[in-house]
Amino acid sequence: MALIQNVPLVSILLSLFAGPVSSVLDGKWAKRLNLFVITFIGILSAGLLSFVIGTDQEYVYTMGHFPAPWGNEIRVGVLEAAMALFFCIIMFLCVIGGVLEREREIEETKQNLYYIMVNLLLCSLLALIYTNDLFTAYVFVEINTISACGLIMIRQTGRTIEAATRYMIMSLLGSGLLLLGICFLYSLTGHLLMSNIKEQVTLLQASGEYHIPLLTAICLMSVGIAIKSALYPFHTWLPDAYGYSTLSSAAILSSLVSKGYIFLLVKIFYRVIGFDIIRESKVINVLFIFGIAGMIMGSVNAIRANNINRMIAYSSVAQIGYIYMGFGLGTTAGIIASIYHIVSHAATKSLLFVAASGITDASAKSENFFDLTGAGYRNKLAGAAFTVGSLSMVGFPMFSGFISKLLFSQAAMGNKHKILITLIALAISVILNAVYFMKTVIRIYTPEKKEVIIDKGFEEISIWEQPAKSAALICFIALNLLLGLSSEPVIRLIERGLEMFG
Amino acid sequence: MSRKIPKQEYEKTLSFRLSRWLNGENDTFVGKVEMQPQKEPHEDDSIVMNRKKERKQRMERIYDLANNWEVSGFEKLYKIFSAFFCLFIVAMLLIAVSYLPSYGHAENPVNNEVAERYIESGLQETGAVNIVTGMILDYRAFDTLGESHVLFIATCTVLILLRKDKKKDEKGNDIEVSDRIYEPKNDVILQTAARVLVPPIIIFGIYVILGGHLGPGGGFSGGAVIGAGLILYLNAFGFRKTERFFTGKTYKVLSVCALGCYCLAKSYSFYTGANHIESMIPLGRPGAILSSGLILILNICVGIVVAGTMYTFYVMFRKGDY
Repeated sequence: MALIQNVPLVSILLSLFAGPVSSVLDGKWAKRLNLFVITFIGILSAGLLSFVIGTDQEYVYTMGHFPAPWGNEIRVGVLEAAMALFFCIIMFLCVIGGVLEREREIEETKQNLYYIMVNLLLCSLLALIYTNDLFTAYVFVEINTISACGLIMIRQTGRTIEAATRYMIMSLLGSGLLLLGICFLYSLTGHLLMSNIKEQVTLLQASGEYHIPLLTAICLMSVGIAIKSALYPFHTWLPDAYGYSTLSSAAILSSLVSKGYIFLLVKIFYRVIGFDIIRESKVINVLFIFGIAGMIMGSVNAIRANNINRMIAYSSVAQIGYIYMGFGLGTTAGIIASIYHIVSHAATKSLLFVAASGITDASAKSENFFDLTGAGYRNKLAGAAFTVGSLSMVGFPMFSGFISKLLFSQAAMGNKHKILITLIALAISVILNAVYFMKTVIRIYTPEKKEVIIDKGFEEISIWEQPAKSAALICFIALNLLLGLSSEPVIRLIERGLEMFG
Repeated sequence: MSRKIPKQEYEKTLSFRLSRWLNGENDTFVGKVEMQPQKEPHEDDSIVMNRKKERKQRMERIYDLANNWEVSGFEKLYKIFSAFFCLFIVAMLLIAVSYLPSYGHAENPVNNEVAERYIESGLQETGAVNIVTGMILDYRAFDTLGESHVLFIATCTVLILLRKDKKKDEKGNDIEVSDRIYEPKNDVILQTAARVLVPPIIIFGIYVILGGHLGPGGGFSGGAVIGAGLILYLNAFGFRKTERFFTGKTYKVLSVCALGCYCLAKSYSFYTGANHIESMIPLGRPGAILSSGLILILNICVGIVVAGTMYTFYVMFRKGDY
């Protein structure tokens, strides 16, 4: 076994162990350790990705001396390595983008606790990506849930405590349903390892035995993960959790936490049940309908919001709706579009959160929509970045959002029953997106009167004033352009990864 | 073949106007469309006042919950609907459960080669007499590694929420008061009972942890017993006495050591296992206290983490200093 094949083990254990170590460090060193861990894992994952692309083969890594159905194992393919690399990049940018806010909003004695949460969150995301065992996935879903709660409430205002409580209740409900689904599957198949479950499920499907419990298990797991990733009717925890938590928490939660669960759902669809059985089960039609409802209702709510962070948060509901709509199409092209949208939305949403904080900094920290007038002139980089993010969300060519919308429309062509409704929903949703994002862009580029600026104490912020945030913004813009201009390799990579999923 | 046309005629053509418009020399709207600069939005004070008053009245009407029949009606409907919804889900799940393989049948899918190997060769392969311990700490040690970190991160989250802030009010007093104000404690009955009970409880906990691979027990249960003993001691004697041997720092150092030890031990065995290197750790003679490879050490680590977690939860809910 080549040395580089140990990367998944090293990255999971390193980020896991960095958590407890941060608890004895002070805030500053915990931050350095955290940044080092994320960078190191990112570099390792890049190496692993190039290795896996080179061999063009998935491989299985046994965790311990006992082979798979008895012991644990993790599995590495192209898509897993690429996701690990991408999540590391986004997390690094989110962490450095929100340094100032964190130091301002979190008590000094609790700074190191924040990095414990970030480290363990990264670990749980990596484990969710790599795992080949449903129960291991559940254990790390627990870590993910608790650390996300900690990230929300570490900024201690009444609003965040309330949001964290809400998140806790909804998310635990989702975990419970997921666990129930895993229990059902276990009692039907006698396995927890994904590949073995799939063998058994194929046999069960062929013999027609246990049809109803199998369907129940699929429903329970899909609904559980849909609740945890804020699909439309279960989205009520989302705006408060994203809108009031500290900047890097909001960016990490919106771009990574919900995406980790969705990636797990893709794994369940492909590696645990088998996509043909999922398609026959009609569960995806339910996901499709709720996805479409989310695309429209999320945008309508975003139009009505008059706090910029809540507006961006509601826009997440719409984007999660897109992803589930892609699942609902029931074609491989739909899944590819959804995974591309996971990537594109993660890159864009974190960009928008960081840019919005730059804009509000130039408006005396007011998040009220009317105070943002002319903020694009006062903080030029944040204004430009917000424009880029908005154009990407609306689906302007050159940016990543355009490619994902194009892929969704192309995927819709493959399903002759859903083609019309998908295209209509896409069109309406794009227009609604344009309404609230362009409204904000016009607002931040409408000059404000001199008296008002002096009266409200708005300050100009140059690029050099907040170097970490500026660097993060520039990287985010570059990432967006990269995803939008050279999407071919990424799409090919996703296709190859899904083929490896089997 | 093109034909030369005079300039005046050319200026009337569409292409000329288009090229001028493209070059920005001519705005087609100037002089044809009525234009005026946007006016400042202006509202009378009376209108604004009126609107505020209406809004206030509306809010008062909405939040007058005793007389708002819409809200009370909605609440009733909500309760009825949620009860029906729960009944519906319960019924659906019960129906689904009734289709599951019946419990304890030898033919069930769960009685397959996985369980068979655990039972038949668990003792030889892990060296643990207690098969369950062998399963959770050797066969599936990765899951347990995650599980012990769940406990750790739960403690950290409680610390975030409940740890006493160092904020002071204007007079320099703490804003939040800890339960220390009720000290020193002098509840004779409790203290006597604790003096008698705490040592056996803690010794029993240690026994449960150390015997985890030999019989019923293990890190999770033994740690819970030790944690209960510490909580009893704290209740009887108060923070000042407990802090002579167990403070927030002790907890942090202990948990870092325990989790680090677990991580390192397991990284070794994961690494050697995946790379097909023979493990150096002897399994020992089954039944002896020093046997079954890493399981004993892992049990001790898990025990420390669980005991620390339980005790820390209790201290935090009592608003102790940490």
